[in-house]
Amino acid sequence: MMAPLAKLGYFGDEVGLVIAFAIGIGFGFFLERAGFGSAKKLVAQFYLRDLAVFKVMFSAIVTAMLGVTYLAWAGVLDLSLVYLVPTYWVAQLVGGLVLGVGFVVGGYCPGTSIASTATGRIDGMVYVLGFAFGTLGFAVASPVLDGLLGAGELGPTTLPDALGAPRGVVVFLVVVLAVVGFAGASWIEHKLAARDAVAPK
Amino acid sequence: MELPASPKHPPQPYMNPYLAGIGIGVALLAAFVLVGRGLGASGAFNSTIAWLVSSVAPDYAHGNRFLAGYLDGDHPLKSWLVFEVAGVFAGALLSGLLAHRAALVVERGPRISVAGRLVLAFIGGVLMAFGAAFARGCTSGQALTGGSLLNLGSWVFMLSVFGGAYAVAWLVRRQWR
Repeated sequence: MMAPLAKLGYFGDEVGLVIAFAIGIGFGFFLERAGFGSAKKLVAQFYLRDLAVFKVMFSAIVTAMLGVTYLAWAGVLDLSLVYLVPTYWVAQLVGGLVLGVGFVVGGYCPGTSIASTATGRIDGMVYVLGFAFGTLGFAVASPVLDGLLGAGELGPTTLPDALGAPRGVVVFLVVVLAVVGFAGASWIEHKLAARDAVAPK
Repeated sequence: MELPASPKHPPQPYMNPYLAGIGIGVALLAAFVLVGRGLGASGAFNSTIAWLVSSVAPDYAHGNRFLAGYLDGDHPLKSWLVFEVAGVFAGALLSGLLAHRAALVVERGPRISVAGRLVLAFIGGVLMAFGAAFARGCTSGQALTGGSLLNLGSWVFMLSVFGGAYAVAWLVRRQWR
């Protein structure tokens, strides 16, 4: 095992922060390249006119998933040392719904709002203020929200654990899901572009 | 370096979504291999707010369980996600300038006023902050990072995000189309 390097003591926290900044540059660069500094480009996903959000998200997920799976199989990466956010499935279901509503109302998610602010989108800057205000509001309200926050606690859990299926099978299914999804997304885009050309909106 | 759009330099078209996705996936994989954790964004907001509150009202901040979680150990801004998000800002700015896409504008559809759009942007931000806090992460920390680690809660979250957005898209269509 050689990785994760930081957890095996190859470098300390200070170097870790430099790496965080460098990796962030890569993340932000490709977010903006994809068009995700633009609210109109992002929300077109929810009107089915441009499914780039799905395409970018799933090609990123598949790339990283295949990468960690291969490196773990090859004995290079110890997956048990990679941090897994604990599952609270009820809280995450509710949080996801609220976040989805906020996405189509606000036009961004937290990461893309940073990319939009960096490229001068004033609505992105206002979104960032709203998110900061909301974070403060959540902190103040959190003692009351404790029950929902802890609902559905299962600890760190993976899909293979939950389904009782080998990891390789789940990885394969996700790849199939992505490829079928990509084809379906392009089909929908063409279909609606043709319809809009006849009767706009 | 100032490279705004001009008649000679119109904004360049966006990158192929699959190539951009692979680029993000490689950045994410590098994070897993180098430090054993993924990307994120909402956590940086949490650290910043925790730091701001603790400098104004330290007793309150340390007594609040949500904020206190970001205050143990070192300075709250000396965190992985704060530095990563600073990098996101720099990387997006670099890409935007190179492609002549950086411009001070309000993104909106033809049927909504600037003020209306900004009010909705603020409300959307507030909603998302609550959503991300319940979910323990956002589209970066949960959907992308947890999605690729096959984290159960992340997949529940991801489906739920798309469900929530599609459910209300029709109601706010005048903002965009």
